[in-house]
Amino acid sequence: MHEVSLVHALFDQVDRAIAPHPSSAARLLTVRIGELAGVETELFRTAFAGCKAERGYHAAMLEIEPEAAEWRCAECGATFPTGAPLQCTRCSGFARLFAGGDIILLRVELEVVDV
Amino acid sequence: MCEVCGCGDAKKISVEVHASLLSDNDREARHLREHFVAAGVLALNVMGSPGSGKTALIEATAQALGGRLRLAAVSADLATSLDADRLARAGVPSAAITTGSACHLDATMVHHALHDGPLAAAVKGSDVFFLENVGNLVCPAIYDLGQAANVVVLSVTEGVDKPLKYPVMFRKADLVVLSKVDLLPYLQGVSVAAIRDNLMQVMPSAGFICLSATTGEGIQVFVDWLDALRIGRSRGVSAAERPEHSVVGPR
Repeated sequence: MHEVSLVHALFDQVDRAIAPHPSSAARLLTVRIGELAGVETELFRTAFAGCKAERGYHAAMLEIEPEAAEWRCAECGATFPTGAPLQCTRCSGFARLFAGGDIILLRVELEVVDV
Repeated sequence: MCEVCGCGDAKKISVEVHASLLSDNDREARHLREHFVAAGVLALNVMGSPGSGKTALIEATAQALGGRLRLAAVSADLATSLDADRLARAGVPSAAITTGSACHLDATMVHHALHDGPLAAAVKGSDVFFLENVGNLVCPAIYDLGQAANVVVLSVTEGVDKPLKYPVMFRKADLVVLSKVDLLPYLQGVSVAAIRDNLMQVMPSAGFICLSATTGEGIQVFVDWLDALRIGRSRGVSAAERPEHSVVGPR
């Protein structure tokens, strides 16, 4: 299940984000998951819940922002309705995925922990 | 008071990241790509369902080429080295990547495989390097391996709806190979036209070749595609810049 691999990659990113703030703990991770990123959101949540303790992020919560897929013509910029063939009816150009193809860690919210 | 926005909570810090979870893999893949390009090796990520005909495609290609191009391969499976052994018997220097519970190849696995002395030498001296991925229409699509192009093998025995069911895989395809076309007469309700129509809804531009590793139909078209891709790369043209919809075979 590649969602587990992706969750570990998420925590690697969080490790880097939190490194300049050694007196802080991660409380909320906001991740954007594109419709065509190849990630099943509920499996990602399950993997997150299962892995966070072993990575030392016991108290971290996950917030997911879904992003719909959006195709645009690479030549003229026209948008494509869902389910339409991906060749432009205006200029015969081919479509390019404009949005919804990635999984992105947007931000990490930290809480300063009293020493 | 908050250091970021002046709100009343002194203990909260918001760190903007905006980084892909695949950035580490992508970085490794870029290194692999630089290595392949510098060595003049055309690396292909060959994906498809279990039993779609990935290994058979490489075997038939080796046979058709008759040594004209130097080939090398890695074959990934959760267990066994059966595919790599099969390719080695076909004259393609090969190594197995046994992924255990991992359902896909990633760039790190490929990098480690290339530490194998004999394989590394074979790949460096090859014209075409096949990265035969784990049989799976889901996970492999996500991971860049440093390849020049993605080849997705789809067999006629899988029916017509797989492109619609697995859009993430098919949108990444530079070439879709429709395999086992010799079986079409025995498959009610399966037509090349229906498969191609479904592909058009998820895959904006790619080559499309019908072939049969058993009869040899279409293998030369695949070899021609390899040759054109190698020539295009030598002129700085990528697979993605050459949209083609050539269809060979029964409709």
